[in-house]
Amino acid sequence: MRPRPLIAAAAGLTALTAALTGCGIIGGQPADLQIYSARHYDLEGAFGQFTDETGITVEFISGDDAELLERLKAEGEDTPADVFMTVDAGNLWNAARQDELAAVDSSVLKEAVPEDLRDAEGRWYGLAMRARTITYNPDKVDPAEFDAADTYAGLADPKWKGRLCMRDATSSYTQSLVASLIDLHGREKALEIAKGWVANDVQIMSNDVLLLEAIDAGTCDVGINNHYYLARTLEEKPDFKVDLYWASQEGAGTHVNISGAGVVAGSDNAGEAQQLVEWLATKGQNAFVDANHEFPVNPAAQPEPVIAGFGEFKRMPLNAEAYGDLNAEAVDLLAEAGYK
Amino acid sequence: MTETAVLAEAGTPDRRPRRSAGAGRPAWSALVVLVAVVVAMPVLAVILDGLGSLGSTAPPRDLPGMVLTTLLLMLGVAAGSLLVGGGLAWLVTAYRFPLRNVFVWLLVLPLAVPAYILGFVFLSVFDVSGPVQSVLRTAFGADVWVPEVRSLPGAILVMSLSLYPYVYLLARTALIEHTAGTYDAARTLGAGRGRALRRVLLPLARPSLAAGMSLVMMETLTDFATVQYFNVQTVSVGVYLVWKGTFNFHAATQLAVLVLLFAVAVLAGERALRGRARYHRQGGRGQGLQPQRLDGGRGWGAAALCAAAVSTGFLIPVIQLLAWAAGGAARNPGFLADPRFGEYIVNTLLVAAVTAAACVLIAVAVGHGVRLSGGRFVSSAAQLTTFGYAVPGAVVGIGVLISFAALDDALEAAGVPGGTGLLITGSVLGILYAYVIRFLAPAYQAVDSSFAKIPMTLTFSALSLGAAPRRILARVHVPLARSGIAVALMLVAIDAVKELPIVLLLRPFGFTTASVWVYELARENFWEKASLPALVIVAAAILPVLVLVRQARSVETSGKVPA
Repeated sequence: MRPRPLIAAAAGLTALTAALTGCGIIGGQPADLQIYSARHYDLEGAFGQFTDETGITVEFISGDDAELLERLKAEGEDTPADVFMTVDAGNLWNAARQDELAAVDSSVLKEAVPEDLRDAEGRWYGLAMRARTITYNPDKVDPAEFDAADTYAGLADPKWKGRLCMRDATSSYTQSLVASLIDLHGREKALEIAKGWVANDVQIMSNDVLLLEAIDAGTCDVGINNHYYLARTLEEKPDFKVDLYWASQEGAGTHVNISGAGVVAGSDNAGEAQQLVEWLATKGQNAFVDANHEFPVNPAAQPEPVIAGFGEFKRMPLNAEAYGDLNAEAVDLLAEAGYK
Repeated sequence: MTETAVLAEAGTPDRRPRRSAGAGRPAWSALVVLVAVVVAMPVLAVILDGLGSLGSTAPPRDLPGMVLTTLLLMLGVAAGSLLVGGGLAWLVTAYRFPLRNVFVWLLVLPLAVPAYILGFVFLSVFDVSGPVQSVLRTAFGADVWVPEVRSLPGAILVMSLSLYPYVYLLARTALIEHTAGTYDAARTLGAGRGRALRRVLLPLARPSLAAGMSLVMMETLTDFATVQYFNVQTVSVGVYLVWKGTFNFHAATQLAVLVLLFAVAVLAGERALRGRARYHRQGGRGQGLQPQRLDGGRGWGAAALCAAAVSTGFLIPVIQLLAWAAGGAARNPGFLADPRFGEYIVNTLLVAAVTAAACVLIAVAVGHGVRLSGGRFVSSAAQLTTFGYAVPGAVVGIGVLISFAALDDALEAAGVPGGTGLLITGSVLGILYAYVIRFLAPAYQAVDSSFAKIPMTLTFSALSLGAAPRRILARVHVPLARSGIAVALMLVAIDAVKELPIVLLLRPFGFTTASVWVYELARENFWEKASLPALVIVAAAILPVLVLVRQARSVETSGKVPA
């Protein structure tokens, strides 16, 4: 017979698809717990330790928070996910608001996680904390120049003209910082602050690491960064010329945000899911936060040495509902201020 | 063996009554429409979602600015890629110069670097803290003026230099295919080289140039990664900004509909550029365009132009990635090793191969169906299959999710226990489906522009001789469109290797590709660690590029396309 290329191609395609589908579906025994995670730092390490201690196996899919939430919604009760893990209190608040997370009443978690870092109804719990604070080049800035009462607003002062670098308006870091400023000062004052930054010719960077490198290179004097990016860079380059300043210590405190987790409403293994969240908030705290230089939420756990070296600081209480509710307003405000 | 096969086949039409010559046509038309519906369903689901909630939310404040930025960026990148891609295609086809044979395929390589890698790497090299500006500051002092890298012009420049290969590839294929007979005829009739180029070859290449530019514009339209690094707020950035910034998915889908309108404009523009023109290859095999030798300085000048073009989109990013990988390995030799390395690569290649094959099969069937029917309705349906390319990957993924969620609900309501279950996210089928939606356009563009060069008279002759449509497909259309089919396979495979948002959203547990691997590291700025998987993606995407280049070369050295 003359070979029929089209039929051969179709047959080959079917076979390949079958092979691919097979490895997707069968691919080994599913783990006891399945996790959707928008947090990416060293999950394997913490989960591996959890499995060693409890015998409960864990597997996870990483992704972006908004997409993973839509996936949860679309899968409904068919979802394989037991735990939803994400960064940013606003995202946790939003997942709870959309009824994707189950209420968990756990005395262990209530004791381990400070009240403002968890949902009042127990649908999510903060597990790791990051601070968004001031970073500066010590050759160019005397920390006494900062406004110790309200450092973020102080950067709107004309004396910082041409010296500022900040993240873009698309970044959730920028948005939640501005949302907290709206919560603190009201929209009008927050808008004034953002306009002040823009009037100071703030350079907008698309990435925290590039921002730090720009401060080190001396092209900007001051920036706003998540603390762990600096910790990570200092670990690699000890003579990196960037120092950290704890913002607003004589005022409302430094802006913080969390990553956290909740048990998925459609989980078919809620008991073990709760066990994992409890473990992460207690025994597993350091395994979960240290590799990324984050602060443990549990006061009983100690921060790792590099960030402990930044010194103790007062944090602004976290208002997840405000972060979530006001985030849309923050986006709008930034656009109004001409902040890109 | 061949002889008996031919005899056996030749017997087939005889058994059929004459009038059945085109009996397959309604079936082929129906197939085109069916493909259009299946492919359009998730996109429609998103549109309905967007329109259904219209007016419930205010549009973002700087929407006019976003629309203007999108327009400027798309036009800028289209013009830039036309200039670079078209110009280089002409340069390497019409001239011989040092290293020309190497550049012929090197010039395609920027396609192998995904946007989400290019943006960051490019800024690492050229932005204020990168080596280039550091050297400038050391040499000329801290106040040396450098153009703003993170700007609209910066984005246009970088995207043009990374997307031009779409135009280059299609233009080059067109130049090679047409040079055989037509160019010779023009020269015989007394036209000089330049005149033959301007008056004959360029107009003939117009459909291919238009197809290449529309691919470039759609890539630009849906890009989220590069533009964000350059702080350029397009409408696609707006979709994410609204979706993630306001926790309002419906408001985001309204913007996604706006993105689609841009896509419609692009496709309409492409049609207008092509006009009613149908350029078919006619006649015999000539000598074709004889490459002219560029001597000395001019030759090296041409080589330098090619080198400059291939640097921004390929060489510089790859060198930076290699430097990171080497730096990381020097500090800690074990840190690049990952036990699942092989698995990721196999997954990546498998998905790419299946997607490419599926897209091209469908594209060929659709192209064939359109050719047989020629009706306006069927042509419009075929156009509809290409819209997915103009929809950001994450939106296509969500469209697949919500349309299957609806199907699941409908099945359960109809009494099917469990409905569809976890059909979409429980297996790789969802990924494949979304990939086909997204990448049918490059496949169809390439196949269709090849089909367009086959004279309709050939199809009609075959039909009137009683050949069944399927036989015409296998014996006439496919062999004649071989080069287009190869281009299609390659374009889709490359796109599929690089694709990120869809696989991220729809993959089942335990299924990871190299792009997801890069994403997980790059998202947290572990660029040293991400450099190795990033290089793996580039390498995997180079494979199909090399296959294509070989294919293009065999076309070239055999002198002409089989006709």
